[in-house]
Amino acid sequence: MPIRKVMKANEAAAWAAKLAKPKVIAAFPITPSTLVPEKISEFVADGELDAEFIKVESEHSAISACVGASAAGVRTFTATASQGLALMHEILFIAAGMRLPIVIAVGNRALSAPINIWNDWQDTISERDTGWLQFYAENNQEALDLILIAFKVAEDERVLLPAMVGFDAFILTHTVEPVEIPDQELVDEFLGEYVPKHAYLDPAKPITQGALGFPAHYMEARYGVWEANEAAKKVIDEAFAEFEKKFGRKYQKIEEYRTEDADIIFVTMGSLAGTLKEYVDHLREKGLKVGAAKITVYRPFPVEEVRELAKKAKVLALLEKNVTFSVGGALFQDFSRALVNVEDKPKIVDFILGLGGRDVTFKDLDEALEISKKALAGEEFEEVNWIGLRKEIL
Amino acid sequence: MAVRKPPITTREYWAPGHAACAGCGCATALKLATKAFSEAMEEKFGDPNAFAVAQATGCMEVVSAVFPYTAWKAPWVHVAFENAAAAASGVEAAWKKLGRKGKILAIGGDGGTADIGLQALSGMLERWHNVVYLMYDNEAYMNTGIQRSSSTPYGAWTTTSPPGKYSIGEDKPKKWVALIAAAHQIPYVATASIGNPFDFIRKMKKAAKVDGPAFVQVQCTCPTGWKSPLEKGVEIARLAIETGVWPLFEIENGDIWNIKIQAPGGGAKVKREGGRVVAIEFKKPIEEYLKLQGRFKHLFKQPEAIDVMREQIKAMWKVLGVDVILPKPEE
Ligand SMILES: Cc1ncc(C[n+]2csc(CCOP(=O)(O)OP(=O)(O)O)c2C)c(N)n1
Ligand code: SF4
Repeated sequence: MPIRKVMKANEAAAWAAKLAKPKVIAAFPITPSTLVPEKISEFVADGELDAEFIKVESEHSAISACVGASAAGVRTFTATASQGLALMHEILFIAAGMRLPIVIAVGNRALSAPINIWNDWQDTISERDTGWLQFYAENNQEALDLILIAFKVAEDERVLLPAMVGFDAFILTHTVEPVEIPDQELVDEFLGEYVPKHAYLDPAKPITQGALGFPAHYMEARYGVWEANEAAKKVIDEAFAEFEKKFGRKYQKIEEYRTEDADIIFVTMGSLAGTLKEYVDHLREKGLKVGAAKITVYRPFPVEEVRELAKKAKVLALLEKNVTFSVGGALFQDFSRALVNVEDKPKIVDFILGLGGRDVTFKDLDEALEISKKALAGEEFEEVNWIGLRKEIL
Repeated sequence: MAVRKPPITTREYWAPGHAACAGCGCATALKLATKAFSEAMEEKFGDPNAFAVAQATGCMEVVSAVFPYTAWKAPWVHVAFENAAAAASGVEAAWKKLGRKGKILAIGGDGGTADIGLQALSGMLERWHNVVYLMYDNEAYMNTGIQRSSSTPYGAWTTTSPPGKYSIGEDKPKKWVALIAAAHQIPYVATASIGNPFDFIRKMKKAAKVDGPAFVQVQCTCPTGWKSPLEKGVEIARLAIETGVWPLFEIENGDIWNIKIQAPGGGAKVKREGGRVVAIEFKKPIEEYLKLQGRFKHLFKQPEAIDVMREQIKAMWKVLGVDVILPKPEE
């Protein structure tokens, strides 16, 4: 029987790791994810998780050790955030290029400067071109579930890519919620044991990993990562379906909320989706035809699902906690790609908000709604809008 | 007729067919190191192949693993420039969990070890991973075209320490990573040289057999970066030992006060106290070592720079607890 426990997303991530039974974990503390390695050390210390926990001296070494362990052929896990993920940057490309299904839990946090420990998504968004799969959790249950799903997809032989699961700093990492901890037996069935056919360091069958790729081969290796990302789309759907069958919780790459007959659909990721659903309820009560959509899978980017979503609305309003300079937010770029050649597409308005842990209030969302309404009415509108700026200190 | 056993196994792990420059001393070092490792594994575990290699970016990596070819007959992984020690930590942890017997060999150049990889090395040693770290010291970043590292010796020309009107070449004394490694109080630390291959083999075997981390720093010649004759690599390396430029020592069981200094040969007079080397009078001047290498050519126009070098070498030996006399060449 699954048990329910009240816990923080960090603990949920540690529980997910425990259930997935990685053989090697290498991690370094950073706010807001510190509790993940702490909790895992407890599991290891109490004999509840039979793993090697390498207490590395930096995130760079954490991910390097994960690459070493994964190349040696074992399931591998780590956790980090913000500066820690940035320090891993170089090796993230390598993990993807070497096709090693490592999983990272990321407590999404802003990047310096100014140093800021609070939530936005700039850390994981900045790693969107590394080749890693990216999932974003709305709540603590999703943090746990998506880590299990991430392992499943990452290790699928059609994919073989590393994966990161983001959950918002403090809003989730440090907030307690009831979380259902699935049965170990079911998780074992769901994940199976990891037995790699492509990555191992076995003296009986010596192979060379991480070789130099000349121009004659490099592009094909990158294309392999591209192809694997594409292949992951189907594998993710299958994993979601199997997860629902086994554990009863439904996941979709893009989850829609009250989008039927909506004129304006707000789109977001992570915990902001919770706020947004309430906001939509509040607008619907006032008779406004507004819906919400949550991106659960950001890489591979669900181009087809975005196109389906676009058919339902006249305006897509993107709420993003990240910046891509000169463009707006990264989602704006992704949505533009998905829709650029589509006829009768909705208008897209981009909103940058909630950076560095600034609260996103209904008042902020009202501001976004007003601009979106302009777009709906065919009036002129700003494509990129910073919401909630304190103009008095600019 | 009796057949003499070869002094080292004929098994090859770093196989012919790599793309190192002709006369590369580092290629020789890796060849010997892996053979020695294999012998140690055979003696310790009964399985000569019971090891895997984790290697840093650098000359020895790019010349040995050019997709779709490989010179490696051992399981081998390269991750990046600065993280051979961290990657090796991961491999070792995985092997522990897989119940696989054997040992991990991490390999890095002086740049990947003394500079950018020093932190990962320290972490790996301090966490006591069962890994031998082999630093092949060709005294510069060769892979990127001969830039100085912190292990480049005083006075050497490199592309980033060019001699000029206001420059003598590299202006800092060499960083001794073996002593930094020893400060971690690990079971085994040694310096070695391709100028004394039997000693190098012995040390690699010893390192491979200890339980816990070990560090070996081997000086290996690079005809390309040192501007030295292709065929003189071993001779130059031997001269480094015989002139006092390259000390050979071992530090065991974390006892940094008990550095075992080896007699250098080349006619040097060694004074011992209680079995311990306390003074060495070298007979060959360091000029004999320097003059075979284009990287030191400019120093001969400024002999006072060579005197500075002599003072630095003395100071280095002092740290090792040995008083040395370094002769000047006879006029
Ligand atoms: C982070 C990073 N910085 C710089 C480089 C470029 N780089 C590759 S190898 C190398 C020098 C290697 O020098 P060393 O470790 O001494 O080995 P050698 O080439 O002499 O064998 C450098 C600077 C890199 N690969 N990664
Ligand atoms: S540059 Fe030097 S170290 Fe590199 S392969 Fe050539 S000789 Fe060897």
